[in-house]
Amino acid sequence: MLKLQNAIVELYRKAATSLPEDVAKALRLACRKEEKGSNARAALSTILENIEIARAGERPICQDTGVPVFFVKVPAGLSHLKLKDVIIKATRIATREIPLRPNAVDMLTDKNSGDNTGIGFPVIYIEEMKDKKLTVDLMLKGSGSENIGQLYKLPVAELKAERDIEGIRKCVLDTVYKAQGKGCPPYIIGIGIGATKDQVTRLAKEQLMRNLDDVNKQKVLAQLEKRLLNDINKLGIGPLGFGGKTTALAVKIGANYRHPASYFVDVSVSCWADRRARLVWETVKSEK
Amino acid sequence: MKSKKLKVKKNKKIINLPLTKADVLTLKVGDMVLINGQIVTGRDKLHKYLFNKKPIGEQIPFNLEGTILYHCGPIIKKTPKGFKLVAGGPTTSMRVEMYEQRIISEYGLRGVMGKGGMGMQTLKALKENGCVYLHTIGGAAAYLAERVKRVVGVWKLEEFGMTEAMWILEVKDFPAIVTMDAHGRSLHEEIEKISFREFKKLIG
Repeated sequence: MLKLQNAIVELYRKAATSLPEDVAKALRLACRKEEKGSNARAALSTILENIEIARAGERPICQDTGVPVFFVKVPAGLSHLKLKDVIIKATRIATREIPLRPNAVDMLTDKNSGDNTGIGFPVIYIEEMKDKKLTVDLMLKGSGSENIGQLYKLPVAELKAERDIEGIRKCVLDTVYKAQGKGCPPYIIGIGIGATKDQVTRLAKEQLMRNLDDVNKQKVLAQLEKRLLNDINKLGIGPLGFGGKTTALAVKIGANYRHPASYFVDVSVSCWADRRARLVWETVKSEK
Repeated sequence: MKSKKLKVKKNKKIINLPLTKADVLTLKVGDMVLINGQIVTGRDKLHKYLFNKKPIGEQIPFNLEGTILYHCGPIIKKTPKGFKLVAGGPTTSMRVEMYEQRIISEYGLRGVMGKGGMGMQTLKALKENGCVYLHTIGGAAAYLAERVKRVVGVWKLEEFGMTEAMWILEVKDFPAIVTMDAHGRSLHEEIEKISFREFKKLIG
């Protein structure tokens, strides 16, 4: 387990300091699209330079190293409790060594725990899989963008959003319009649809772990992702809200079954710094 | 007070702190600027404190007059040579909208810096007091940290913690864009109007 603990510390380092290549590539493309001399282009050039400085010096891309969110897939037989313990220990070390900003605040005393751990912090989702491998996905979720997410219970009369694909589309556009530039666009938009509130918010967040270039297996959702990206970029909010062509880099949708009476749509937003990293651990048996 | 007329370098206006009201009036929405001199940080807790406890100028260990209040919760490392700023990009300014109007007028700030823009109350305060809102690059914490030359001091570190304390930072060529000026113009308001028209068209 010590090896795994060290590997999770390194996973933190990778997520905090090295932006995934698919996101960096999308940002480079967005930069070229903006007019020369515009504020939007200047902002994206600085962002690209920042990504390089952070990677080269192993320094956090953003000072808000966020809420660590773990999506873990474990093989049968691996103790979830032990795994959680390893993650918490690794979090403390990573906070001190990288360093990360301590972001865990007790809401009753208003005290910061100083090490990014506390009740429900970091967020850890564990799921058992048939696979023999252990897969640890980590996202450092910045709170500027977390704060602009929205949960909808369809139908929504003000938006004329009914319980259908068109209704989902209107909700997502509403979220981005209301967000303006407050959550550091260009955004990556994760959407979760289903029967209960807790389930759709997690599902939406899980979408933010997807590679920007992947295509939804559900044809209808793939089409909606494409259409929404196009629509969002018509809003003209632009990089950091300065106005411009790119307000979002990607839209990703996940859908579960719903209850006949419920139609929840959650929109989770990531800032341009979609900091995610994956660790695949092949030798679980020898680590027990 | 006369304006020094701000120097321009590669299309960017140079701000040497402290700023005067006359300097501020020469700044317009859309201007790119580079900031030199001492700025202070402050975010949620500090704003709440300044607003509710109303410490007078002398109770704060540095002069806020003419400086820029930067909405930032940095990562700072303690080294044998003193504090070092590791990462220091802006935080969302809108969260302190309810406090900023009074803080600008009571402490004589000439600039407020952050990201995402602020609302009508702050815009009004900028005009009434001769102050400007500067939007720096959200998420560019490593890039901006390289432009912080020195951590000069800190206030309320014990009480508020690293993220929420007021840090005085000496900056050089620190980049920002004026998005709300002292003449009543706000780029954020303008972009919102444009995007509202598009939004209405898109949702039908």
